[in-house]
Amino acid sequence: MNARLADTLALLKGDQGADRVVPPSGFTVRLTLLTSAAMAFLTVFALALSLAAGRLAQDWGEELARASTVRVSAPEGQMMEQVQKVLVVLEQTPGVASARTLTAEEQRALLEPWFGPALPVEQLPIPQLIEVRETPDGFDADGLRLRLQAEAPGAVLDEHSRWRKPLVAAASRLRLLGWVSILLIGAATGAMVTLAAHAALAANAQVIAVLRLVGATDDYIAQAFVRRFTLRTLAGAAAGTLLGMLAIRFMPAPGAVDGLLTGLRFQGLQWLWPVLVPVLAAVVAWGATSTAARRVLGDLT
Amino acid sequence: MIELENAAYTYGGEALLTDMTLTLAPGTFHFLTGPSGAGKTTFLKLLYGALQATEGAVRIFGDDVTGLSRDQIALMRRRVGVVHQDCQFLDHLPVAENVALPLTVSGQATPDQVDNLNELMGWVGLHGKFEALPPQLSGGERQRAALARALILSPDVILADEPTGNVDWEMSQRLLRLLIELNRMGKTVMIATHDLALIRAAKAHVQARVLRIAGRTLHTAGADL
Repeated sequence: MNARLADTLALLKGDQGADRVVPPSGFTVRLTLLTSAAMAFLTVFALALSLAAGRLAQDWGEELARASTVRVSAPEGQMMEQVQKVLVVLEQTPGVASARTLTAEEQRALLEPWFGPALPVEQLPIPQLIEVRETPDGFDADGLRLRLQAEAPGAVLDEHSRWRKPLVAAASRLRLLGWVSILLIGAATGAMVTLAAHAALAANAQVIAVLRLVGATDDYIAQAFVRRFTLRTLAGAAAGTLLGMLAIRFMPAPGAVDGLLTGLRFQGLQWLWPVLVPVLAAVVAWGATSTAARRVLGDLT
Repeated sequence: MIELENAAYTYGGEALLTDMTLTLAPGTFHFLTGPSGAGKTTFLKLLYGALQATEGAVRIFGDDVTGLSRDQIALMRRRVGVVHQDCQFLDHLPVAENVALPLTVSGQATPDQVDNLNELMGWVGLHGKFEALPPQLSGGERQRAALARALILSPDVILADEPTGNVDWEMSQRLLRLLIELNRMGKTVMIATHDLALIRAAKAHVQARVLRIAGRTLHTAGADL
């Protein structure tokens, strides 16, 4: 453990000597930087997608669990009477926690996206909505429907679950796909760094031979490469992450409508998630280069 | 220092060297000779653990090489100075840093080693070449830089593979004198060369044993060289 810690400290501090013994090579530097930046950028988006899908699935799932609506359509004169009847029925129904009629303002807010703000709801023959909150056990929807039909023919029970359930399932799946994408991007980063490290080790075969000849241990030689690739990946991923976060930050504002596309953003502490991306990328690069270096060096005399 | 006991080296089913027994005692001076391709370089590689004997045993500083880990071999090489015929350097670093490389990789590169480095560079006649890059050096300068690099950790044994192969007679005499001087300081020296004139020139100054590789094994050459 102490040795591991010492290794990590040495990696961060940097041994001037170990760093200098490997000649700088501009081409692989730029490619590693560019690729890790691109990967980090993609990761930030996959992360935003996962989090947005997760939020959506949770929001919809919560609403679905507790809310239904009864829509009462009746001629002007009978409206109040039917609404009262429905409320009485709901009160008597086991599994209904509460029921309340939406106010005119709330109904207007619901219609606003379609009809604009100045709609005179009171003068229109629009149905009255009653929000029903369920107890955790829920109610018997078919039974309630039959009773409503008998007592208030203009009332229709609208269970949100019927149309939201598949959406919740889709959002959950989308969240899963987002996380799978992040894992794949991580694996691709590891593969890319491994290839770059192999190329660097092969290109520096003479350097490695000289170092072995003068008594350098494998750890010493490996560290020179590992440090370089880890820091490059860290720098590239940091730049990519920053760009990704800026892109997400300046996505058009979501407004009142809650949807997947407009919800593609981080909220509050979720902004800390993308900060982990460069760190994880560096860890992946460290592991990939260490493995590659040890494998290549083990084959040499 | 280094012992071979019935050591053999086989590569790809073909025996390159067989049945070699030898003890390099501290402070001795050896020449290794034989025709090109006889296996002089292979033999030297067995002596510093770059190759492992396929039969018999090679013991370096008392340790059987086959039992050493890669790290132990690395540590052992810090006690054996090796000069190759085609000496390789880190071409992107100046000569002084190349000569100090064994210090760097063994974590001993401290400011108080600077005097040591100065002295050594002066001793091999490379005083003005501190900042030169290895590709800018002549053949003789490369050989001397390689010798300086092999000596910086003050090794007990110096193995030189054709150190005079790429240089003119005068330079080869100069290198030889440096190696003889090291031997007088108590170092064990082994020089592989096919240059019999060099061996003759040395014999006037140092008591050298001459080994010869012929017929895939090691012989003690006669005194008639």
